[in-house]
Amino acid sequence: MTAPLHEPTAKAAPSPVAEAAPGAVDEAAAVGGDTGPVQGRSPARIAWERLKRDRLALTGGAVILALIVIAVLAPVISNLVGQDPDVFHEDRIDPLFGTPKGSLGGISGEHLLGVEPVNGRDIFARILHGARISLLVGFLSALVAVVLGTVLGIVAGFFGGWVDAAISRVMDGLLAFPQLLFIIALVSVMPNDMLGMTGSSVRVFVMILVIGFFGWPYIGRVVRGQTLSMREREYVEAARALGAGRLHILAKELLPNLVAPIVVYTTMMIPTNILTEAALSFLGVGVKPPTASWGQMLSNAIDYYDSDPLYMIVPGVAIFTTVLAFNLFGDGVRDALDPKSSR
Amino acid sequence: MTAGRRGKSRRPVLRSGPLAVLTYLIRRLFAAAVMLVVIIMVVFGIFFLVPKWTGVDIAASFVGKQADPAAVEAVREKLGLSEPIHIQAWEFFKGIFAGRTYSTGGDVVHCSAPCFGYSFKSEQAVWPVLTDRFPVTLGLALGAAVLWLVFGVAAGVLSALKRGSLWDRGAMVAALAGVSLPIYFTGMLSLATFAFGLKWLDAQYVPFGRDPGGWFGGMILPWITLAFLYAAMYARITRATMMEVLGEDYIRTARAKGLPERTVIGKHAMRSTMTPILTMLGMDLGALIGGAILTESTFNLPGLGQAVLNAIRNQDLPIILGVVLITSLSVLLANLLVDVLYAVIDPRVRLA
Repeated sequence: MTAPLHEPTAKAAPSPVAEAAPGAVDEAAAVGGDTGPVQGRSPARIAWERLKRDRLALTGGAVILALIVIAVLAPVISNLVGQDPDVFHEDRIDPLFGTPKGSLGGISGEHLLGVEPVNGRDIFARILHGARISLLVGFLSALVAVVLGTVLGIVAGFFGGWVDAAISRVMDGLLAFPQLLFIIALVSVMPNDMLGMTGSSVRVFVMILVIGFFGWPYIGRVVRGQTLSMREREYVEAARALGAGRLHILAKELLPNLVAPIVVYTTMMIPTNILTEAALSFLGVGVKPPTASWGQMLSNAIDYYDSDPLYMIVPGVAIFTTVLAFNLFGDGVRDALDPKSSR
Repeated sequence: MTAGRRGKSRRPVLRSGPLAVLTYLIRRLFAAAVMLVVIIMVVFGIFFLVPKWTGVDIAASFVGKQADPAAVEAVREKLGLSEPIHIQAWEFFKGIFAGRTYSTGGDVVHCSAPCFGYSFKSEQAVWPVLTDRFPVTLGLALGAAVLWLVFGVAAGVLSALKRGSLWDRGAMVAALAGVSLPIYFTGMLSLATFAFGLKWLDAQYVPFGRDPGGWFGGMILPWITLAFLYAAMYARITRATMMEVLGEDYIRTARAKGLPERTVIGKHAMRSTMTPILTMLGMDLGALIGGAILTESTFNLPGLGQAVLNAIRNQDLPIILGVVLITSLSVLLANLLVDVLYAVIDPRVRLA
């Protein structure tokens, strides 16, 4: 309950597991939060200090960091345990049923999470490599959405008039579109080779672009609204009176004030995008086999949930953990950056 | 109508009564119709222009890997793919309202309105496929919506009222887990547990017309699975909105004038809380009625979502166009319905 409040940043590492039910901690800490000597703190610092007290968010952040490390080092780690994601181990498979030999989906010292039915590929190595696809698509498609949404949102809000009307109509339209349907349709008409890429890289590239494209209106709407309200504020007027050009006002006066909402919407968009990627792979329009992806593993597992339930549970838990971590972190970031929030 | 759409000088013209609602409705309907046309054009674009840029030939992909050029040309002719895109689009539109006549290789087939064409793959007419599958999806979406509205909103309101309590924390942890679980994973888990493990429920879809009881039994798992995801989302939004509303001045006023808490919450606070919920409901329900692709493919329900998924895999454009149209139409209608409800509930909306 009594989180030390003036610890230097050295103690930033949180105890990852809140012993009591979490949530109460934050409120208790927030009440006594400002007991230090009065001094100016930047908004970023205030936000960071709030975030630092939110154990759930920090746990989420730690899991995200771990996932990034796992994704980057996937080949190294799977080499370390001596497994390749694409190598078949048919000797591990019961030839009669096609399911792994031994209990629990063939878990052994060699195959940490067991092997896949039929071909016996190592599930641990495939999960590690699947993390790469999930995070890559999750992050980069969010980046596409943020860049598009921020630029178009600012343009719409700042210039107003027919520009605003046009961009707003496009955003309304995109939001009313049956998105998953269109993403599936778009991904499926893409060729197998494109811009010097082949196979799964084409699919990954297309997924990033398409998911990002359908995501930008969410950010664009918020940025437009914020820009619209800020454009009339005194400090913008002051800058204008001092002879600042449009570009200066955009970059120096408006953009810094948009950082908070953009950060919040980005952190909330990443888990959604990860789920979309998994869904596309589940439906068979995501990455192509043999490239490992969590959604695809789940889709293969659908035939075995009776005979080999672990094959379904492992990738399911992987998706769940990842998305939950991003959601926890995103909620924390939102609360920390929201000036109205009392936490 | 167009003048004064923006700009500070705009003063709302205070009108009330059925006329205001009517003009408002007409405006919304017009916007919806424009949207529908745009969506059809985009779908056409995806399947006609994108393959042109990327070099994917729909006709060739039908014939197979080692396609003989003459066979490809025949397929192209038969599918009407050799016509310019605007002709194809026009024929499509015309077919929906007036029916159209196909003449391929001597045969003349008339397809009466509403004509959505014939499946490239099975050569069935599209319209009966749509009407066959629509009830499945509608039943799934409506049943789940009832569940998630009741449980999601109730959980959210209770959480907001008992903020910080054990109930609140428990419900919010469950809701967070709910929005983080892929629906097909929850679906597979529930199938493995309740249908195959405990054998409590059947995982078989039975048409309502054949056996209402069997239909109900088969739908229980899909309903609960789908509702769980949405209830989690709705609980989170309801809680946040309710908490914000409870901080408003008019709630303090209502309390100050001595209204019982039940009236303050149930009448005053709930009215504002339900506004964003209603918006979400319109969009979600509309999108689901147009095909709950993931749920339907997990539970093997023969609805629109499954039809469109198969059609996309086969690049069966007429079926895709048909389902996309239904989806878009249901999204638009659901949003329209929500707007009308708004206009009835909240007089300020009529002026916006």
